[in-house]
Amino acid sequence: MKPTRLIGVALRSILKNKMRTLLTMLGVVIGVGAVIVMVAIGEGAQSKIRAQIDNLGTNMIVVTPGSSSQGGVSQGAGSLNRLTVEDAEALKSESFLLSAVSPSIVAPTQVVGGQGNWRSAIFGVATDYQLIRDWPVSSGRLFDESEVRSMRKVAVIGTTVAEALFPGEDPVGQQIRLRNVPFEVIGLLTEKGQTAEGSDQDDVVLAPYTTVKNRLSGRSFIAQILASTATPDDVAAAQEEISSILRERHGLADWEADDFTVRNQTDLAATAEETTEVMTLLLAAIASISLLVGGIGIMNIMLVSVSERTREIGLRLALGARSSDVLRQFLVESTVLSVLGGLIGVGLGVAGATILGRLTGWATLISLQTVLVSLGFAASVGIFFGFWPSRRAAALDPIEALRYE
Amino acid sequence: MSEPSHDRRHHDDTPVILATGLERVFEIGQNQVRALRGVDLKIRRGEMVAIMGTSGSGKSTLMNILGCLDPPTSGTYRLDGVRVDELNKDELADVRNQKLGFVFQKFNLLARTSALENVELPLLYDRSGRQMEPRQLATAALERVGLGDRLDHQPNELSGGEQQRVAIARALVTEPSLLLADEPTGNLDSRTTLEVCTLLQELNELGLTIVLVTHEPEVAQYAERIVELRDGQILRDQPVGDRRSAASDLKQLRSKDEGRAA
Ligand SMILES: Nc1ncnc2c1ncn2[C@@H]1O[C@H](COP(=O)(O)OP(=O)(O)O)[C@@H](O)[C@H]1O
Ligand SMILES: [Mg+2]
Repeated sequence: MKPTRLIGVALRSILKNKMRTLLTMLGVVIGVGAVIVMVAIGEGAQSKIRAQIDNLGTNMIVVTPGSSSQGGVSQGAGSLNRLTVEDAEALKSESFLLSAVSPSIVAPTQVVGGQGNWRSAIFGVATDYQLIRDWPVSSGRLFDESEVRSMRKVAVIGTTVAEALFPGEDPVGQQIRLRNVPFEVIGLLTEKGQTAEGSDQDDVVLAPYTTVKNRLSGRSFIAQILASTATPDDVAAAQEEISSILRERHGLADWEADDFTVRNQTDLAATAEETTEVMTLLLAAIASISLLVGGIGIMNIMLVSVSERTREIGLRLALGARSSDVLRQFLVESTVLSVLGGLIGVGLGVAGATILGRLTGWATLISLQTVLVSLGFAASVGIFFGFWPSRRAAALDPIEALRYE
Repeated sequence: MSEPSHDRRHHDDTPVILATGLERVFEIGQNQVRALRGVDLKIRRGEMVAIMGTSGSGKSTLMNILGCLDPPTSGTYRLDGVRVDELNKDELADVRNQKLGFVFQKFNLLARTSALENVELPLLYDRSGRQMEPRQLATAALERVGLGDRLDHQPNELSGGEQQRVAIARALVTEPSLLLADEPTGNLDSRTTLEVCTLLQELNELGLTIVLVTHEPEVAQYAERIVELRDGQILRDQPVGDRRSAASDLKQLRSKDEGRAA
């Protein structure tokens, strides 16, 4: 039989029992729909991360304490944090390639001022921070070198903090208290939005690192050193330079591994993408379980259908169908069933992802590849789960099948 | 399209069925059921043969072998001069498709499928490439059995007699060498039995070879020869002395009905 004919015959027998067909397909519909929505969310997040990291500028370098394990980056849960403010200062003074260096001391704390309390992250940074992050102020100014040197109690705040503490007002010139220490707000940062991971970058207070270290944190070990080169071409060489300066400062012997990690934007992007890729895969795997369950539903109905249609099979065999014709007929039928379910699932998945994106503001991305892969997956589910019932149909003996009541 | 009928005239002397020493033994656990015990049968082209016998005498078993649905345990069977007892499953399927037409007691039409599509069914499995126009052939076959105005009716919209005529059209559409009917009137009342027999006789007169199983002696009288089975063997094989015409019997029945109505 011609393929078009086969599909026609399959469609016809599927449409004979519309309600059952619909219920049978439901599993595949939900499965494919879920896969599409999940992958759309995962890929949406991935593309957003990529865009944001590109936005950060390609010549940023991040130094973190702890050694990097092969491939991935270990934050070194147990490893000693030996990155200090002095390391940052040494990089600044000794490096030829770095155009900007800033330590980053993070002290989560309560911010008190204006309308009340707000829990935020205080970043102790150098003046170069603004350059590295390319983050201007929309009002006021950033602190300058002399204010850093003299440990002035000045702060620049993000828009989220500003709105929480001084709604509708210009925060510049206002007072805030960090751990009971009064600071003067001298600048308001421009809005930056969320990070790829969904944290609010504008929920931030920047202060001179000297002030934060001495008045708030009291510790001299720091979470990060941020740096940047004048041009992207210098990044690789600058990483080497950082490495050799820090190794010397930390007194590491040749055979000892780095006790810090130097990463550039590409590394960061790779790490972030790896994470979301794993997330996407995980989501897709969970969603495809429902596709498998849908396949079992198809198998169940196909088995029922084969025994209901035993006489029809006997008749077809008597009229000259070969076993392979019967096998093909039922296989095509289960495949058409699952592909039809898959198509409906794609429709619902695309609609679902779009609506979800609107409601939650998450980025969702549906690629043609996702659609084709999930349709292909649905088809293979139909072939796989239809195979056993079809084999049973094809193995029937015409005489016994014709006699079947 | 008319090639098979040329064929038929060409080899008029080769018997359609030539079976010798047919045996069929069913193994059920330790037991053996010998359903056929050495059947010799020769049926010439254009014959209409009725097979009779008590229940369990082996009629259906014989029909299944003649219909290439079941291989004999031993013996040889030539259909149209070709040994078919040694063919494999797929070759048998092709023989069934190209040389045989089946009519069943229970019609076996596909439900919720039009008469036309039911009749087209065997053409879907044609591998010889002979049949180019399934729709036209099926329409012609339905017109032949007098259902030209019922092409789009589904089985549940047809009477029993009409359903059996659709089944006969389905058997005819491939222009088979042999029409096999196992109790074709078993599910019909006396009047539709006559209608179906009339049709079978007409087809036989046009040259179609027909073998039918029946336990109704009246139906057997429309054949030209009766083969009687008992315990898997042929008990009697005789020509019908005064073959009746189903058409005139039907006419008689109709006028009787009209007389009663008047
Ligand atoms: N598939 C089978 N398995 C076992 N025994 C069978 C089978 N088919 C037929 N028989 C036996 O063979 C004998 C002949 O059966 P059958 O040809 O159906 O008789 P009839 O059609 O004349 O009533 C019976 O005894 C029946 O029980
Ligand atoms: Mg029988």
